[in-house]
Amino acid sequence: MRLRNPGQTVTFTFDGKPVQGVPGEPVAAALLANGIRLMGRSFKYHRPRGVMTAGSEEPNALVTVGRGAAQDPNIRATVLEVSDGLEVFSQNAWPSLRHDALAVNDLLSPFLGAGFYYKTFMWPASFWEKLYEPVIRRAAGLGRLSGQASADCYEKAFAFCDLLVIGAGPAGLMAALTAGRAGVDVILADEDSAMGGRLLREVEDVDGRPAAAWVADVLAQLRALPNVRLMPRTTVTGAYDQGTYGALERVAAAGAPVECFWRIVAKRSVLCAGALERPIAFPDNDRPGIMLAGAVRAYVNRWGVAPGRSVTVFGNNDDAHRTARDLAAAGIKIAGLIDARPDVQVTADYPVFTGGSVTATAGRRGLSSITVAHQGGTRVIQTDCLAISGGWNPSVHLTCHMNGRPRWRDDIAAFVPTPDAIPGMAVAGACNGVFETAGCLREGAEVAAAIARDLGFTAEVTLPVAEARAYAIAPLWEIPGKGRKWVDFQNDVTTKDIALSAQENMRSVEHMKRYTTQGMAPDQGKSSNVLALAVLADLTGRGIPETGTTTFRPPFVPVGIAAMGAGGQGKGFAPTRLMTSHHATVAARAPMIEAGLWYRPSYFPLEGEVSWRQSCDREVGYARNAVGVCDVSTLGKIDVQGPDAAALLDFVYTNRMSTLKMGRVRYGLMLREDGFVMDDGTAARLGPDHFVITTTTAAAGQVMRHMEFASQVLRPDLDARVLSVTDHWAQFAVAGPRAQVLLNTVLDDQISNEDWPFMACGTVGIGGVTGRLFRISFSGETAFEIAVPARYGESLFRQLVAQARTLGGGPYGMEALNVLRIEKGLLTHAELHGRTTAFDLGLAGMVSAQKDCIGQAAASRPGLVDPARERLVGLRAVEEGRRLTAGAHLFAKDAKAVTANDQGYVTSACYSPTLDCYLGLAFLKNGPDRHGEVIRMVDHLRGVDTLAEVCHPVFFDPEGGRARG
Amino acid sequence: MRIECPHCGERDRREFYYVGDAVALARPAPDAGPDAWDDYLHNRDNPAGDTNDLWYHEGGCGAWIVVSRNTVTHAVHRTKLAQKAAS
Ligand SMILES: [Zn+2]
Repeated sequence: MRLRNPGQTVTFTFDGKPVQGVPGEPVAAALLANGIRLMGRSFKYHRPRGVMTAGSEEPNALVTVGRGAAQDPNIRATVLEVSDGLEVFSQNAWPSLRHDALAVNDLLSPFLGAGFYYKTFMWPASFWEKLYEPVIRRAAGLGRLSGQASADCYEKAFAFCDLLVIGAGPAGLMAALTAGRAGVDVILADEDSAMGGRLLREVEDVDGRPAAAWVADVLAQLRALPNVRLMPRTTVTGAYDQGTYGALERVAAAGAPVECFWRIVAKRSVLCAGALERPIAFPDNDRPGIMLAGAVRAYVNRWGVAPGRSVTVFGNNDDAHRTARDLAAAGIKIAGLIDARPDVQVTADYPVFTGGSVTATAGRRGLSSITVAHQGGTRVIQTDCLAISGGWNPSVHLTCHMNGRPRWRDDIAAFVPTPDAIPGMAVAGACNGVFETAGCLREGAEVAAAIARDLGFTAEVTLPVAEARAYAIAPLWEIPGKGRKWVDFQNDVTTKDIALSAQENMRSVEHMKRYTTQGMAPDQGKSSNVLALAVLADLTGRGIPETGTTTFRPPFVPVGIAAMGAGGQGKGFAPTRLMTSHHATVAARAPMIEAGLWYRPSYFPLEGEVSWRQSCDREVGYARNAVGVCDVSTLGKIDVQGPDAAALLDFVYTNRMSTLKMGRVRYGLMLREDGFVMDDGTAARLGPDHFVITTTTAAAGQVMRHMEFASQVLRPDLDARVLSVTDHWAQFAVAGPRAQVLLNTVLDDQISNEDWPFMACGTVGIGGVTGRLFRISFSGETAFEIAVPARYGESLFRQLVAQARTLGGGPYGMEALNVLRIEKGLLTHAELHGRTTAFDLGLAGMVSAQKDCIGQAAASRPGLVDPARERLVGLRAVEEGRRLTAGAHLFAKDAKAVTANDQGYVTSACYSPTLDCYLGLAFLKNGPDRHGEVIRMVDHLRGVDTLAEVCHPVFFDPEGGRARG
Repeated sequence: MRIECPHCGERDRREFYYVGDAVALARPAPDAGPDAWDDYLHNRDNPAGDTNDLWYHEGGCGAWIVVSRNTVTHAVHRTKLAQKAAS
């Protein structure tokens, strides 16, 4: 029922039925205004539930929003704002919210207490996976995901400030205003759609005006300050190291992302998060219509909605009276006020029961009456709304995020934060145990002023006049008597479950939590934790401080993975690196494969080819018989310059680079300091103090780090600098007997075999552009790599490919490149996989003993030079038509293919069109000593079992005459 | 977490690559013997308290940095260029 004319309304739907609501008000308020109390079914027992709170702590009123891919489950109806056309659905009920089949669980509740699952589904063990788990999972509650990818947009963002004020109630507003006026760079974040906190929900005056008017005035002042940023609808979710805070913003603007996850870095912060009201455990305290008193006042005072027609109030503190007063003033009938304290003096126009308690409630889908025990007797009161006030729990959560433990205060029967629990964070207002407006205003202002002065600003404290009244409470947790008394409404935990936990010796609060699941629902027990541990403390005869609390962890409210990982979906997960030839390659219909962040062509199919092997074999033929072109820009390129550049390379490579002549290239091997091979590549000397080295595609980043480490950390005495130039140069391999002919069609000056012998390098002109030419070969053929500044890459690639085609060749992809190098026994990261040494690879001779280099000392450890190690060999298939496969394991010819008999493994394999045979590279125990032996290769994964002959890893042109031309 | 790069100022830890204990600065001589090398390569303290780490400002200037920090409080005390710490 609405208490005032709502003005403009819009229509949304709840379970398909149209409901009128005021734009921006919580869906829970609109449902109450329309007399809808039943909003969901509980998690375990499928009990009918209505809204209990008016904030993000809501345990009951969880709904699903939208449908299809846009479906979003477990949204709190207390936070969800009404908008035109919004579709809201109840959860955890089938076939309907009113008639829920699984409500049968409630009748079975004597058997479903704490530990039920642990005790019941133990045996037979084989039933678990097939029967128990699927059934339990289907019955387990709360909302469902659509299973479809959401098209909604989420965002993440970073912010920096001097002072982060968390919460915009009386303390937070005064903190922001005081610091803001002093010139401090302030962010004020509040999770509500409107700032003001309880000042928007209570009837009281501040500075001689209604509190809401004072709030509006302060917000206007804050908006006028350029150094203050207001962030409404933003929940600070966690406190982290070095003044970093996570915050979730529900963005409310058309076309904007649904949510934005902020990382806010603040020199200081003030926590003004307020307090959360707690329930009292009495029998059947979970019926729709039973709400927390502060929430009832909020619906009446802020949104003009009456949660019931005949309201009762039950409490142990003065807020019970405040509630009755506000409701009566709003014209709502008060059917009774029950104050558990016997010594309270009240005069009112409604029935007051001091020293009384609620001992039972009735009403199947909503509250219809309560039973009150008073002065030795009981009476039944007809009521459709019961407001409960069990006292307030300061919102200490954020102060516990870095292991801080709150301390108990007997005078307010609540936990308050331990000072300095979070470095740089101060606490003010209700979350610090100050429950009166004047105190909150003062504390907020004073704390902020002290921080401003600390940061070097001049700050003044000017306080408005406000209500100051002492908070009077007598602790009250559980009403004695039979019946189920709910503690954790979201996870359906009752006092009985806690008693069972204590009885079974789960007496520690952490054990109780895990045994009963109290506090483990999405609300993390915001309304139930203190009540639960108070009940446990009473049961175990210990005090509350001794019982202690469980640990509060971030996030304070549920944060969707979509928000936290915003930007990380699909291609956003990793950047994409494209070669300059990418568009020409894709246009040639080449399938692209990922190589780290790069995309490289597998092969370039021609009309009529039906398998990749046909294309690959043809491309291998280009390089062996004519000329092939391949983009090799993805290889890492590092420029090394300085008077000590050569000395630095001598230190990072196993072999000597200082003896390399200008205009020459040398193959090089790099080790990690533990003696294993890190990478291989080439070093080209372009000048006395200038080298350019290449790395494999896979190890480019690692080698760059390694080079910087060597020069800065290990050899700062050397005057040399390194720079990654991978992206600066487009580089193409031109390989094959006609490579030189092809190059001469693009070079400004013709080259000859005499001027450019094998392993020569230098500068060349290509259509007026200065490039670099290296005569190096990864195919065993006469081959060059030609490099131009990246902006000329695409043009050069197109030109090289066009000319290659006229010479009977063309482009080749990764498959052909792999075949060409396996035929020649050349290595990639399939072989340099981090567990192989130079010795294993047959490259021990490349480790110079005449100088120190990284990895040299460790590489000589006896275990790394044991001949019985698995060492590089070639494999040649001996059975007609049987392939070799990478990843297969090797066994003696007649041995069983079991782990104990394992002799090694295959790292690379291919069909060689040149030799018409399957070839492989493998690591085999005592490998080089076993050339000629026939062994067994078994690939359990692909079901291949065949014989292969062990041989030298260079299968083709072992003398290397072809590369020298 | 943020780290003060001596070149670039205070930067988010996502810009940095972590390698481990700054013991890497004390590389043994090539002939120091197997024990010294074993110690250098494999043995690390795991202190609850102050520690010196090596971080690489990979997403920034490329400096290797010695970061003095506390593994209990997560406080970052000091940073300096490894180049200066080494020489
Ligand atoms: Zn830097």
